[in-house]
Amino acid sequence: MHYIFSILPDILSGLNITVGLFFLTLIGATPLGILMALGMRSQFFVLRWLLNAYVWVIRGTPLMLQLMFVYFGLPIASNNEIVFPKMTAAVVVFILNYSGYFAEIFRGGIQAIPQAQYDAAGVLGINRRQTFQKIILPQVFKIVLPSFGNEIINLIKDTSLGYVISLVDILYIAQGHAVADVTLLPYVIVAAIYLIFTALATLIMKRIEFNYREWK
Amino acid sequence: MLKIENLTKSYENKVVFKELNLEINDGEVLSIVGPSGIGKTTLLKIIAGLCGADSGKMVIDGQKINVTEKNQNALIGVIFQDFNLFPQYTVLGNITLAPRIVKNIETDQANSKAKKILDELGIEDKADLYPYQLSGGQKQRVAIARALAMEPKILAYDEPTSALDEFSTGQVVEVIKELKKREVTQMVITHDMPFAKKISDRIFDFKKEIVTK
Repeated sequence: MHYIFSILPDILSGLNITVGLFFLTLIGATPLGILMALGMRSQFFVLRWLLNAYVWVIRGTPLMLQLMFVYFGLPIASNNEIVFPKMTAAVVVFILNYSGYFAEIFRGGIQAIPQAQYDAAGVLGINRRQTFQKIILPQVFKIVLPSFGNEIINLIKDTSLGYVISLVDILYIAQGHAVADVTLLPYVIVAAIYLIFTALATLIMKRIEFNYREWK
Repeated sequence: MLKIENLTKSYENKVVFKELNLEINDGEVLSIVGPSGIGKTTLLKIIAGLCGADSGKMVIDGQKINVTEKNQNALIGVIFQDFNLFPQYTVLGNITLAPRIVKNIETDQANSKAKKILDELGIEDKADLYPYQLSGGQKQRVAIARALAMEPKILAYDEPTSALDEFSTGQVVEVIKELKKREVTQMVITHDMPFAKKISDRIFDFKKEIVTK
């Protein structure tokens, strides 16, 4: 017990990286995903094709590989012209990656809204932007909440992938203690922290879903 | 008054209607009758600006409307067959949304006007309910209230009785007659001839393109 309390403050000092990466990804990837979902329904074939190709590449390659490509690969390929700090590289890659997943989720949600809702808004003189913001998007959110929540849980756990570029998050710090002290306890502590984090996220998502239950 | 001249619409080389002429006078109830699939709803969609025609002219209250393109200008209030209420808004929210965001009317003012309309339609006690909590007939009256709140030139119904039972149909007849007393111009698309006879000043047979009084 004494050992746990002795390393806990050090491990928790990595929490700002873990939590920071999570929130920055969520804030960046959600609107980007919505915009991409709209683009995937565009009448411009080239835009649709490009976005579908993007989603295919992003979802078809491991996040870890994308991180390594941006952090290690880009400086080599650009003769050290493009060099990102660790956290910036991680945030950029996570936003690009998660926006691809979110785009697919939101595309499905938008497609589920019947044309009749657009028609009803149209005959009331509501313009396209207002129709999307005030009428379509709230209904889309309700539809996509379960799968969006699932991705959020994945995102929490995926933040640990930052360790491949030596991002000093909770897992990276715990690994240092595990190796130095030849014990698995630091990993158990990190597992407990992730469990608390995902439990909190699950509770918040359930609360939001509950609020949406007011209407059907 | 609404006047349509030589309206033609086709889908993928199939003519839906050709050189159609139609007039609706102020304050009258005109029913457009004909079998399902003949193009009545397409006509309603063109009049409401939800889709474009191939050619033709349309004038609403002296205002020329371009019928060859989508033209959603809220001149026609539409009560859809399935009502198409916005599920995330209460009855009051459904009615006040467009006045607030299209006409920039203050919320208080929009609310009091909506409550007045609901009162006139006999559903003032439903203001805080969501659409899923209403019966078919109540949803339809909310749809009518939502359209009336935008003060359209014409109120257009698409098959208003198809989703309703006999009792609710009787109530629609009463609502249409009540609105006629207030000189609201109404156009009713229906395949239900007995219903059309109950409510109409004139009936337009869509297939034969003739008007009877």
